[in-house]
Amino acid sequence: MTTMTTCGEYKDLDIQNPVFKVLRRERIPHIWCPGCGIGTSLNCFARALAGCGLNLDKVAVVSGIGCTGRVAGYLNLDSFHTTHGRAIPFATGLKLGNPELNVVVYSGDGDLFAIGGNHFFHAARRNMDLLVVCVNNYTYGMTGGQVAPTTPLGPTQTTMPYGNFEPSFNLPFVADACGATYVARWTIYHVRQLAKAMEEGLLKKGLRFIEVLCPCPTLYSRRNKLGDGVDQVKYYKEKSVIKHGADTKEAQLTFQGEIIVGKFVDRERPTWLESMNKHLCAALGDSYAPYGS
Amino acid sequence: MKADPKGVLTGVHFMDGDHAACEGAIAAGCRFAAGYPITPSTEVVERFAARIPKVGGVFIQMEDEIASSIAIQGAAWAGKKVMSVTSGPGLSLMMEHIGFAVWTETPSVWVDVQRCGPSTGLPTQPAQQDMQQIKWGSHGDYEIIALSPNSPQECFDLMITAFNLSETYRCPVFFMMDEVVGHMTERVEIPPADKIEVTPRKYTNKKPSEFTLYATTQDDLAPEMIKAGDGYKIHTTGLTHDDRGYPVMTAAAQKKMMDRLIEKIRRNLHKLVDVRMDNCDGADIVVVSYGITSRIAQAAIDEARAKGLKVGHARLVICWPFPESLFREMASKIKAFVFPELNMGQMVRELDRAVSGKARIIPVPHAGGTVHEPEIILNAILEAVR
Repeated sequence: MTTMTTCGEYKDLDIQNPVFKVLRRERIPHIWCPGCGIGTSLNCFARALAGCGLNLDKVAVVSGIGCTGRVAGYLNLDSFHTTHGRAIPFATGLKLGNPELNVVVYSGDGDLFAIGGNHFFHAARRNMDLLVVCVNNYTYGMTGGQVAPTTPLGPTQTTMPYGNFEPSFNLPFVADACGATYVARWTIYHVRQLAKAMEEGLLKKGLRFIEVLCPCPTLYSRRNKLGDGVDQVKYYKEKSVIKHGADTKEAQLTFQGEIIVGKFVDRERPTWLESMNKHLCAALGDSYAPYGS
Repeated sequence: MKADPKGVLTGVHFMDGDHAACEGAIAAGCRFAAGYPITPSTEVVERFAARIPKVGGVFIQMEDEIASSIAIQGAAWAGKKVMSVTSGPGLSLMMEHIGFAVWTETPSVWVDVQRCGPSTGLPTQPAQQDMQQIKWGSHGDYEIIALSPNSPQECFDLMITAFNLSETYRCPVFFMMDEVVGHMTERVEIPPADKIEVTPRKYTNKKPSEFTLYATTQDDLAPEMIKAGDGYKIHTTGLTHDDRGYPVMTAAAQKKMMDRLIEKIRRNLHKLVDVRMDNCDGADIVVVSYGITSRIAQAAIDEARAKGLKVGHARLVICWPFPESLFREMASKIKAFVFPELNMGQMVRELDRAVSGKARIIPVPHAGGTVHEPEIILNAILEAVR
């Protein structure tokens, strides 16, 4: 008789879930709440890893702090759970320290764009060779639901008890403006598209940015009477409009309003290391051996 | 092992402390540095940026000191020997990442060319005001190692020691210069590479399936290391973690980690004493000093000896961990300690704790901005014999 374990593994069958090999299954169950979408995003990422054809010994993941910051701990890769907001500079050092690594930063909106915003701008400007996945749940989940730089105008947060009056970042526009080579946005309803975007992101060079919209039923949805996780996924399904190549200026999110999703930017720019090597070869001639080659 | 000759500028040079510190780092095997411009430390990274492309490594000027102090840690896990370089305000920004380096046991050298604070203070003038900050500035309990050179030659020599200690103990090692030592130009002799002993990273020989990231032995509390990309698929975190590096949110896990990380240094205190003693046996008075202040103190000591006084000089080369037992023993044999520092009394608190009332201590504080007048130190010596 076939029996299924708590991790969804069929004990007596040869068929196994393709994500098993990229997860640290001894660490499951994860810490996320029922209805949270971070696990769904991780599932998409695990599928992208399993299908991308890369040697996973050479893929490293770096997270900051917060609910999404825990992603690094569940992936069976070289994985680093760093300090709040500083995943990108840590990843920068990791990539430059060993250029053969494919380095992924996987973190939340508050971590990457409030406390860590400056690092994102500069990594994108430099075109540091990193895939940055930002799970945007519009709030600080781990600390109990405070206003984030991505909270749309209107909804209540614990530190915006009468509703948010601060304008929010349009993250694809920020990434585009700073020079990212790849910019996409999907929601956790769009699991196939998201997994495909992650795979594309893994295989591309330069600073690649993927925003993933994700429900926080425990805090953001509950306080704003938006129902549970499934209700938010229904909202994503109903209000998302796929517009590949859309002008990122038009991608601003509003409270429960239309969501423009798709691949907005896909372009080539020399990475920081490519620029350094090219420039130093020209400047120093034979006294310079290209770094990392 | 011996230094890689590619990084060693063997010969006699006329160079300032900042440049010599950079050469020491490269000779020690440093192949990644990240920094942010800040006086009076900038020359260290300027030289590194010019030198490292020809040696084989990377310098990156990051967007701030917070980024620099974590970028080096990423590079360390990628297999590089690393340093970051800063001064007062930049050091203040780095505090959180001292804790990250301690808790994840990331070998790293942190250069602080001290200037006057608090705040922007006197950016171009000397102080020794960060000596307690490095020990207590990151939240939580921890042990670090700190060295203090008093000349450009020592900036070279001790930098190699700093890198070696960070590999042996897998902890942040601080290189506590000051504006005068950083900008003073003197003879610096760089030996041939085969005369420079460098400590290699303690990479594991175990297979990935047999390797546990933070497993240690009774004999050696510093774990073996790996580098990202070698197939070990490690996890590390600034959270309290178990031997696998996995988060464990319990008081028991906290105690286990804390005990080991503190013990990793404290058990080896005897190996971490470097106090240069000059006529301390039989002395009535011992002047304690470190860094640039030791050179001013020497002038005062010479004058006191000329007056027939029995004055010893104990210069701290390793400031942290503080050599408590050495001074505790010395205290019962002398009348008084005199301790000049370019701060309002920082390391003298450690001396006070060690001596515990067994000898008189006369601190000679200074607000910074210049060095002591030797007369002030001499007066303190004269007061001590009274």
